[in-house]
Parts: sequence; C-alpha cells; structure tokens
Amino acid sequence: MQPQIRKVGLGLVFLFLAVFFQLNYVQIFAAERIASNNANVRSLLREYSIQRGDILTLDGTRVAISEPTGKKLKYRRTYPEGELYGHITGFYSINYGESRIESTFHDQLLGDAGVISMQDIQDRFLGAGEEGDDVRLTIHSRLQQAARDALGSNKGAVIAMDPQTGEVRAMWSNPSFDPTPLASHDSREAKRYWNSLEPKSPNSPLVSKATSRGYAPGSTVKVITAAAALEARYEPNDTFDDPVELELPQTDETLTNFTKTSCAGGRIDLFTALELSCDTTFAMLGMELPNEVREMAEAMGFNEQIPFDVGTEPSAFPEVGEDNKPFQAYVAIGQGDVVGTPLQMALVAATVANGGEVPRPQLVREVIDPSGGIVERFQPETLGTAMSSETARQVTEMMEAVVQGDQGTGHAAQIPGISVAAKTGTAQTVEGASPHAWFVSFAPAQDPRLAVAVIVENGGQLGSEATGGAVAAPIAKLLMETDRQIRGW
Amino acid sequence: MVLALLLGSGALALVALARDAGKVDAAVPYMAPLSVFYIVAHIVMRRTAAQADPLILPVAAILNALGLAAVYRLSPDEFGPAQITWTIVGIGAFVATLLAVRDFQVLSRYKYILGFAGVALLLLPLAPGIGATINGARLWVALGPLSFQPGELAKVCLVIFFAAYLAERKELLAIASRRLLGMHFPDLKHFGPLLVMWGLSLAVMFFEKDLGSSLLFFSIFLVMLYVATARIVYVAIGLLMFAGGAYIGYQLFTHVQQRVLIWLDVFNPRYIADEGYQLAQSLFALATGGLFGTGLGQGRPDLIPAAHTDFIFSVIGEELGMMGTAGVLLCFMLMVARGLRIAMQSRGDFGQLLAVGLITIFAVQTIIILAGVTRLMPLTGITLPFMSYGGSSLISNFILIAILIRISHQTAAAPDPALTGEILIGGR
Repeated sequence: MQPQIRKVGLGLVFLFLAVFFQLNYVQIFAAERIASNNANVRSLLREYSIQRGDILTLDGTRVAISEPTGKKLKYRRTYPEGELYGHITGFYSINYGESRIESTFHDQLLGDAGVISMQDIQDRFLGAGEEGDDVRLTIHSRLQQAARDALGSNKGAVIAMDPQTGEVRAMWSNPSFDPTPLASHDSREAKRYWNSLEPKSPNSPLVSKATSRGYAPGSTVKVITAAAALEARYEPNDTFDDPVELELPQTDETLTNFTKTSCAGGRIDLFTALELSCDTTFAMLGMELPNEVREMAEAMGFNEQIPFDVGTEPSAFPEVGEDNKPFQAYVAIGQGDVVGTPLQMALVAATVANGGEVPRPQLVREVIDPSGGIVERFQPETLGTAMSSETARQVTEMMEAVVQGDQGTGHAAQIPGISVAAKTGTAQTVEGASPHAWFVSFAPAQDPRLAVAVIVENGGQLGSEATGGAVAAPIAKLLMETDRQIRGW
Repeated sequence: MVLALLLGSGALALVALARDAGKVDAAVPYMAPLSVFYIVAHIVMRRTAAQADPLILPVAAILNALGLAAVYRLSPDEFGPAQITWTIVGIGAFVATLLAVRDFQVLSRYKYILGFAGVALLLLPLAPGIGATINGARLWVALGPLSFQPGELAKVCLVIFFAAYLAERKELLAIASRRLLGMHFPDLKHFGPLLVMWGLSLAVMFFEKDLGSSLLFFSIFLVMLYVATARIVYVAIGLLMFAGGAYIGYQLFTHVQQRVLIWLDVFNPRYIADEGYQLAQSLFALATGGLFGTGLGQGRPDLIPAAHTDFIFSVIGEELGMMGTAGVLLCFMLMVARGLRIAMQSRGDFGQLLAVGLITIFAVQTIIILAGVTRLMPLTGITLPFMSYGGSSLISNFILIAILIRISHQTAAAPDPALTGEILIGGR
C-alpha cells in the first residue's frame, strides 16, 4: 500500500501548500488592502496607542504634540500654538484623516519610517512601547509670529524663504484654523468645528493661500518679463517708446499706464521701466517675446506643481495664440489670466536672488528619533536654471532701484544699512473690487538671505487706493528686519 | 536530547508570551507542572516505546505550548488555566494509552465494539437530557459542570474500526468487483456494512449540524479506502458524492448558504457587521499582523469572537505575523510527514491503514480549519489540533499520537521477518 500512501502524502502536501499560499496572500500581498478596510479598528487602536512624534520649529518650539489621555485611545494630538501653524502642520483627525505635514510625514511621526534595524525587529516581536519620530520644520517661530502680526486682520498671505537653500522660514495665511478641535476624540466636537470652517467653500480657512490660492500677480510679473528680455537680447539701458496709451495691434484696444500718464515723458530705458513699473514698456516686450516670457515663467515653476512638503496648486501662465497681441501684452504685466500663488511669486524672487538657480522650497529640515538621533536630513536642492547669473545680477540691480531708487515704487521697504531688492504689484481683480496688493522682495541685494512674497487681498485697509508699495511693502519689511535680527545679517 | 531541547524551547516560548501579557508570576505555577508532565510523558515513552519516532511528542508539545500561550493571553483567568488543566489531562491520556496498548494489533480484535462505540458516541449528543447545543451545533454532552464533545473520541474509534475492517477485507474489496464502464466496482456484500457505518456517521453529523466533522470524516473514509484498494474509482465516486452532498446541503440548510456567501464576499458591508464578522475579523487580524506581527500582547485578538477555539491561528497570525503562522504550519506539516512515514514503514495492513487513518484525521482537520480562517474555503466549526481550546480535542489528539507512537515503536522494534525466516529455515 506504499504507493497509495505516498500519493495521499502528496495530496496532503499540496493542500498544505495551498494554505501556505493563501497565508502569503492574506498576510503579505493583500495585507495592506485588507487591513485598511474601514471595518478594521485594529489599525486605529494601534495608531492611537503610539505616541505620535512632535512637530517643532527650527528654533525648537513644539507646535504639534501628543498628550496622554488615560483612556482607550491613548494619545490625543494637540497644537499649542493654535492656528498659527494650522496650514503648516495640517490636522490629524479620526474623522477627517491627515493633511499637510501630518499627512506627508505620517509614517515617520508614527515611527514607521521603514528603517529596519535589529532594534526594530526586536521591538516588533516584543511590541516595545512605541514612540514616533519628531519632525523639525524650517520655520522659525519668531518669523512666523512676525508674519501674523504684520498681516494683521487683512486677508492674504505671507511667505518667506531663504533663497540659497529654499528653506521656508515663515508661511502664514489669513484666515487660518486651529487643528486642535479637529483632533478631538469626541467626533461631535470635531464635526462641529469642521462644519464651521465651511470646508467646501473656496474661501474656507482650511485652504492655505500661501501655497494653494492663485491671484493675478500684477506688476510683479514684470520681473519675469524683464528677465526674459535680458536673456533674449536686451540690455538694461536699451530704450523704448513711452506713450501714454499703447495701441494693441489687430484690435481697437489700447493699454494705458496705471498712472494714466507716460512713464518718463518720451523714451524710457528698461532699468527705469522696472523702477517705475511702466506698463507700456513691458506690454511691448510681451508682444515681442511672448514665448520667451512664458518659458521664463515656466522655468521658475509656472504651469506645473512646485515640489514641496505640503500640497500646492500650480500657478498658471497661459500660452497665448501667435496673433493674440492684446493678450500677450496683458500677461506680460501680470493680468489677463495669469495666476500666481504667493509661493510661486516668492520663488521668482528667490530665483533672482539665487543667481538664476531655482531653489527647491523646503518645509522640513530633518526627522529625529526619540533618542535624538537624526533619521533623515533634507539637503537643499535646485529645480533648474531659469536665467544666467549675469541676467540675475542685472535684474537684481533693477529690483534694488525699485526700493532704493528715487522713483522706485517700493520705498516703504527700505531698511537702513542694507540694500533691499523688490517689485511691487497692484493687481486688478474684478470690476468694482479693490485690487490685490503684492510685494515680492529679497535682502540684502548683494548676498541675499531672505526672499519674501506678500499679498494683501483687495487692498486691505486702503481699499481701492491700495498699491503694493503702500500696503504690502511694510509687511515684507517687517519680516526682513526680524530675520535680520534673528540671524544677524 | 532533541525532545528535551524542543520541549524546553516550547516552554520558554510560553513563559515569554505570558510575560508580555503581564502575568509572569501567574504563569510560573502553571508552567512547572506542565513541564513536569511532559517530562513524565517523555520518560514513559522512552520506557514503553523506546524505538518510536522521536519528533512527534516534541512537535505536539510545541504546538500545544504556543496554543496555550495564545489562549492564556486571551483569557488568563478562565480559559487559560482551563486549557492547562486539560493539557495535563491530555498528557495523562497519552501516558495511559501508551501503557494500556502494548500491542496495537490488539485493537483490531475489538473492531466491532469500537465501531459501535464510535457511532454511539456520535449519537450521544442527540440524546435528550444530556445533549446540549452550543453555537448552533449539537455536538456536546453536558455532565454537570463539565461538557465534552464525544465526537472527538468517536473519530478515533471509527478510524480504528475502518482500518481493521479494511485490512481484513482489502483483497476482497479489490478483487471481488464488477466491471462497469471500464471501472471496477466493489461487491456490495463486502462493501455494504462499511457503507452503512459510514452513511450513519455522516447522517448523524448532518443532524448535529457539524459540517466540519462531516467533511473530515468523509475524506478520511475516502483516503483509507483508496489506500486499501488502490482503486481511483473510489476517489471519483467520493468526489461526486461530495459535490452532490454539498449541493443538497447548500439548498437545504440556511446556515450552509450563509457560510458559503460569507466565504465568497466577506467584506460586503451587509455581512461584515453580523454573520461575516468573525471571518472578517480573522482576516483583519492576519493582515494587520503582516510579516512580523504586531508584537506579543500588542494585537487585538479579542476582537475575534471565539478566538480561543477555532481562530487561535489568527491570534498567532496577528501577534507573531507570518513568521509565526508559517512556523506553526511547518510544525503541522512535520507532524504529518512523520505520521505518513510511520504508515509507510509499518508492516502489516492493519498497522499501515491505522497509521494512515490517524494521521489523515490530524492533517485534514488542520487543513479544514486553517483554510477556513484564511478564507481559502468556507468556515466550519472544527478545532485546530493541540492549539485550540478544548478538552475533548486535546485528549483525543493525545490518544491519537500515542497510538501512532505505539505503531512506530513496534515497527522499529520488531525483527525483520525475512531475516528471521532465513535464520529459522536455512541459515547461512
């Protein structure tokens, strides 16, 4: 009977192997899909029994912490600074999931950084008490406070970054939200707060205007147009016609300067045109070099998603038809369907400041394990070259004139002892509404340490009388001064 | 010795597990007598069955220890200590069997008694008064505070009966056959009684709503018949009958339909909160465990209803991950391999059939429950040998391996008949 026994044995082996393969399927291949089924509370219970890592600023202020509750869900997420860092940390909520840094660094904060060491394996088998890793931001708490104080009750956004490293040192958007109620274990409390934020509305405080709301950038785009012109064939002392009204070919339309006068009375050079923010000059350049202007914009991040540690909306620089001259004129001065986020405009300034190299914006400096060791350190990177260093130097000088020059529109940003480079913007919005006030700047001009972009929606207190130079410039100035104090440049 | 080493490591595993559940001092008073008992069993084995396969008892001990740790972790106050007690009783049964059955051939003389005893044991839960329905299956007999499943013992009895009967009639069944459609069919005269016994057993199981045991028994019978007669026709008929039976069962019984539906679509929100909850939680536990498991004491196996019985494997799967479950699977396969080896090497038809039958009970039962909790096939209520909580299951499995060890010893200890023959007859 041996042969039969042997065959029976084979049959049994086959069946055992079938079980083995099924085990593989359930425990390895399909494991994640099965375990993340909504009906599986294990993951939730486990997640909340881990002490989630802290999120802290560059200077050590803890902006997101986990406090023990003494209950079934062992830890509760709390945000000691309230809404100041809301758009940066994002929220961590049972009902609503995670957003922003809480989302991007979710695994690290739970200690699942994927680094397998002998300690890890031992921990996993014995289930040693679990703590997540901390995340250190590039944000400096004093600068962040300054941003909030400076913007005040105005709606808008402020973003400040180091142009040489791309590290974002302040990022504030008003209105903001406090993630603490959303992290509540009481789902009714979380729900109530969530609904009060009108999450479906485009004006919801949940949206970070700094990264995810686009506005017409207005005259700040002239930096792009100027750079494109210089890269193409122009020099800062090339001159242009300077009419009061510029005729737009193939239409009956004309384009008038903001001041309703000619800029310099007859002819104007490129350098002065930027200093004065002369619309006609740049409109002419836009009609002459439409592709170059757009390509320069795209080299600095327009029309694509800027890589960042939190979600961003792409800015748009439209491709205008060959013959659509009026439109080409408008986009060159930052109107006509050009849409830019404050992050994007800060990146424009930072690129000029960084010698033409586009720095990659960074929000996180490093990930630290509970014993203080650095798990991951994020190094600066560049996203490409937008212009030659010579062009960057020329644009810098032109932008310096905007602040320091006699006819500059950005006098309000002057800081004694250093040279500030900037560009103002006053962007028309819709008929009847006050314009947005923009200011993009960097300082010091010769060895830039901080690039700032500020937008004040609908002119703030000055309303229809607002200009970038009047409303937004002082805010940028405060930020640059504060950073100067902190870092001593 | 291998045995001692393996036993020791099994015990250590138990203690370590208990420690993580936070109850060190409570575990030690249980661990000590348990180790003692295993050592006693080992000594008895060395004394009375010295040449037997050395791996069977240690592997059983490892499985038992792991299962014990898991049960203890789930329920340190109720089922944990109870399982320890039952284990000790089981080891007692092991020793008793080894001592009582010095020659397994003796069992074949009692085949008819054992056969009827088996049926009687199966019928016992149906008797009014002492029968009890637990979890929808009428498998239990309650005597005062204790309840046990006579069906577990019945399996062993009936397998002994089958083995003996088939060993006697094997040639008759193989030779005396009619040809039909090119296949050999057995003569009803010889086949009849066997069929009746088998049909009776199955009917009883159907009425007791124990689908798992039905399937188990069906397969054992088929395997033993095939091994005895080497006729594929039996396998063919068997599969057909199974298909037919399954279909009828599906049509007739709502709980069968339910089981199949849940098996096919366990994550359907309609089922998941109610009937499918158990299987879904089992899958969640296994999946959450992943490769390394969540760590001992870190999982939530208490979310699985009846985790200490049918789903003990999922508990291991969650806390020890696939490393744990693969290890357990390996132990079971090892046990089955040794059992088959004993069957192959055994001389005499009864010995071979008995060994095959016993190890097939073990193997098929394991496969059925493991396939059920991993959703390879519909779930049935059957215990995982040595690991699931359950006194009757432990006792019957210990008796099972005791008989296997007895067979193994006798096979190894008996002189080679050919050699004996030469010496007696011609001599060189």
